[in-house]
Amino acid sequence: MTDASLRVLGIRHHGPGSARAVAAALAAHDPDIVLIEGPPEADALVQWVGRGLQPPVALLSYVVGDPTRAAYWPFAVFSPEWQALAWAVQHHREVRFMDLPAAVTLAVRHEGGAKDPETLPEDPRFDTPDASDPPETGSDGDLGYENEDSAPPSERDQVRTDPIAVLARTAGYDDPERWWDDVVEARHGIDPFDAITEAMAELRQYAPPPRTNGEQLHQNRREAQMRTVLRAAMRDRERVAVVCGAWHAPALVGKLPPASQDAKLLRGLPKAKVATTWVPWTHSRLSATSGYGAGIASPGWYQHLFHASDHVVERWFAQVARVLRRHDLPVSSAHAIEATRLAETLAVMRGRPVAGLDEVQEAALAVMCAGAEPVLAFVTNDLVIGEQLGTVPDEAPLVPLDADLRQQAKSLRLPIVPEAKDLVLDLRKDNDRGKSRLLHRLRILGIPWGKTAYVTGTGTFKEAWRVQWQPEFAVAIVVASGYGTTVESAATACLIADLGPLSDITARIEQALLADLPAALPALITALDERAAHEADIAQLMEALPALVRSQRYGSVRGTDTSALGTVATGMLARVVAGLPAAIGGLSPEAATDLRPHLDAVSGTIGLLSDAAKALWLDAIRHVLERADVPGLLGGRLTRTLLDAGEIENMEARAALSRALSHGPSVIERAAFAEGFLAGSALLLIHDRAILTLVDAWLAELGPDDFTEVLPVLRRALGAYNKPERRALADRISVLDREAAPNEVEADLPLDELAEALETVRLLLGGAHV
Amino acid sequence: MTELMRPHAEQEHAEELAAIARVDDRPKPPQWKLSPWAVVTYVLGGTLDDGTEISPKYVGSRRLVETAVATLATDRALLLLGVPGTAKSWLSEHLAAAISGSSTLLVQGTAGTPEEAVRYGWNYARLIAEGPSRAALVPSPVMVAMESGAIARIEELTRMPSDVQDALITILSEKSLPIPELGGEVQAMRGFNIIATANDRDRGVNELSSALRRRFNTVVLPVPATAEEEVRIVVRRVAELGRSLDLPPADGAEAEIRRVVTVFRELRRGVTEDGKTSLKIPSGTLSTAEAISVVTNGLALASHFGDGVLRAGDVASGIVGSVIKDPVADATLWQEYLETVVRERGDWKDFYRAARDEVR
Repeated sequence: MTDASLRVLGIRHHGPGSARAVAAALAAHDPDIVLIEGPPEADALVQWVGRGLQPPVALLSYVVGDPTRAAYWPFAVFSPEWQALAWAVQHHREVRFMDLPAAVTLAVRHEGGAKDPETLPEDPRFDTPDASDPPETGSDGDLGYENEDSAPPSERDQVRTDPIAVLARTAGYDDPERWWDDVVEARHGIDPFDAITEAMAELRQYAPPPRTNGEQLHQNRREAQMRTVLRAAMRDRERVAVVCGAWHAPALVGKLPPASQDAKLLRGLPKAKVATTWVPWTHSRLSATSGYGAGIASPGWYQHLFHASDHVVERWFAQVARVLRRHDLPVSSAHAIEATRLAETLAVMRGRPVAGLDEVQEAALAVMCAGAEPVLAFVTNDLVIGEQLGTVPDEAPLVPLDADLRQQAKSLRLPIVPEAKDLVLDLRKDNDRGKSRLLHRLRILGIPWGKTAYVTGTGTFKEAWRVQWQPEFAVAIVVASGYGTTVESAATACLIADLGPLSDITARIEQALLADLPAALPALITALDERAAHEADIAQLMEALPALVRSQRYGSVRGTDTSALGTVATGMLARVVAGLPAAIGGLSPEAATDLRPHLDAVSGTIGLLSDAAKALWLDAIRHVLERADVPGLLGGRLTRTLLDAGEIENMEARAALSRALSHGPSVIERAAFAEGFLAGSALLLIHDRAILTLVDAWLAELGPDDFTEVLPVLRRALGAYNKPERRALADRISVLDREAAPNEVEADLPLDELAEALETVRLLLGGAHV
Repeated sequence: MTELMRPHAEQEHAEELAAIARVDDRPKPPQWKLSPWAVVTYVLGGTLDDGTEISPKYVGSRRLVETAVATLATDRALLLLGVPGTAKSWLSEHLAAAISGSSTLLVQGTAGTPEEAVRYGWNYARLIAEGPSRAALVPSPVMVAMESGAIARIEELTRMPSDVQDALITILSEKSLPIPELGGEVQAMRGFNIIATANDRDRGVNELSSALRRRFNTVVLPVPATAEEEVRIVVRRVAELGRSLDLPPADGAEAEIRRVVTVFRELRRGVTEDGKTSLKIPSGTLSTAEAISVVTNGLALASHFGDGVLRAGDVASGIVGSVIKDPVADATLWQEYLETVVRERGDWKDFYRAARDEVR
């Protein structure tokens, strides 16, 4: 065991500069074994490297039976760890992971959290992408904290997770990778790693301690484990290389402390039963969360730095120009030249030897995007983040989503078989409700195991399905596993991803209620509110409103709290009301015909919302009717709505009808008013003699041509009445002339004779005071 | 100097400029009076090594000012874009004053700006008496800047007719101005550059040709980033304006100013300050300058017709006037804003009533 055989490579996680240096150092040192910071459970998974594994990918460990407790270690092609893996596999050298087992970290985190939340806050290394709490696209977050109760990343934490960034910032660099290029790589022939280890030793001495004893203890344990693996490797190997975060490097060089001390630290740690596998990863999630704590905001830029051998800025702007041209923006080579000059001048002005990401982005904005931030967003998305999806070979072990699905199906006694089977679920039973929930959630994830079928009989508690498992669902599961580790979390994440227009969101809200995913509701409701605000087309809003009102009223069959929906619906109603007069005024007859069903639908459901909402709506209708340019059809319809709601008296409605029929702008407009007013139910015509007389007189006065013109309109309005109504109406009309008395039949009812009948009705109504 | 109604930047801040020049030992581009670093310090303010305080001229992002100055140092022309009232002209004046020591080489872009304002004209008496000669030629500010290696400013570039704008293309790309009448040309001295300002709300007035646009680096000046910053700007400017208009001081008006700024910011960004409710964005610009005039106007109302205290009613009509530029669309969104946002705020009842009365 000699020190000469050991190389400790302290790296920056996801640092392309480190990655290049690691590849070079490994080639020079030519070790027999490479030890990498990571969970030892992954030792068996190294075999997949070079067998169809394409970064970005992540190692995923999850607690068997509870996949929501999971940890990820992502790798991009420019991650030094990946370069080390690739080198070792290519040269047939042994690889071993040397960090604490995931079994321990997941168990410690769980217990620590349960016992004493004060001492062990969430370790940033182990972020669970919990779908109910979508990952921040951390534009500046260096750490992938996700839990709200953990403090935002501070310098104190960063000194541990990304100490090289701290060094770079101290030297006046915003972009640590440019610092690495400048300070580390520019000095050819000097191995950077010894210098880095020395710098880290200094930094470790003067850095403030972690916030809690628990964190310190966790760090000590991790380094004890690293040393233990290192000792074992050096016992029987000639040449050893270690690739670990720079912060830990000083703990692994020189004379190691006695093994017994480390063993004591590691004794009796709790262990969970975990499974570990590879999962496909994406660049954007690399920027948001990271197993190494050090998330990065600009994976695309780093990939560029990793691949570009020279002329980094020039090559970058050539790519920017290509991206902008792909978006049909006229960008020439002259732009790229000027942008390069500006970026370099900016760097000089800021006293930096080379232009970093800040400078190239600002230069691209000023020169190539004409100062327009939305245009720069193309560059940021396509290049600076540069979305890429990794691949994992099919033979690699099961993804946790699949495991969770199978486990749930088993406990619900829903066999996964290729034969079709019909199910009728009774939603009042727990097990059946569970099945319905699972099938709805899988549908959201694009795994149509069950298709809804028509159910006979009445009652909202019955639901019919035809279930049939198909082998290609396996692919859909892998795709869906990008959203989360459990069916519930994945479905929630899927539901709130890539939201479409207003109608799409209301549909998703309905799905969220059906699939019992309350965690998705807040995000959907926020999006709904936003879309509603920007929706200029009132018809769209009115179309979305009734479904929403019904959802909040009836969605609770499954016991979901839907009061937030009511708030949004009320807000949406306010928007409809504000825009209603302008939307209705001056509409063409065709547009009015299109709008009418929406008005009716809102009028029909508004009562379910609240009395205040109803009052607001009726008040809005009154305002509309005050306008002179309301199309006849809608004028008639809205007058009728007010009458039915008891907002106006029969007298007032008669006056409005009489006005419209006598002074309407054209005969067809008059007929349209009549259509709007009379459509729906015949009872009004049957029982209000005055109205019938009005309509009758108007029809009688029409000339032959006008009558022909009006006929189809009236047919539309009256043809919808049912048969008994039509018959009753005909009876009324036949005696209209004879009963010339203006008083109404109802007023003459012999109430005395009816007293007994009325009393019975009162009892039937439950003793209510009639 | 106090006799002047409005001194130029280089006159008003002559002492600061001299103080910066004394300590400025960084490399200067040719003909520049100060180094780029010193120009940024002059614009954004700060404390010099010898303890001199430099007042901030522009409150806003350091990066924007750095990009602007770096652009001028690369000999590319600078185009400052922004909605009205975002201090474009103000920044351009101070940049020219700091770099060339003079902000007076100015061309105002209007629909009637002739080509002579950008190239050169003639002294016709001399032209007729002596024929075409250099002495009969009247140089434009741009030509003077070229000959002396200074910064020329063009205000409201997009309001100039397109053919006049395009006269700049040769000047910016060849750095020379041909004078065919004399069979010669003026070649620009090093240090010559142009700062143009344009209003990006008036799109389509005279959109720059892409050939010309390509010769400018564009810096977009944003509206103030935070409500606090904007309230400070409004309070300061209102106080300054109030003095010159002999209005009583706006003591205790801060709450009302904050409300005006809140309304402007929320509608401008299309979302409430708490981020909970989205809003439609009005067609007007709702700039800080407009907020200032709403408050000034409200103060005048309060002092001449009220009891001197700025109240909701005094600013409501001004706000409604600023928001509702399009009688249909803007009226609808203002109604929405009142009903969904203003009405819900407990301490805004007075404003809600006042604004409602304005609309009805």
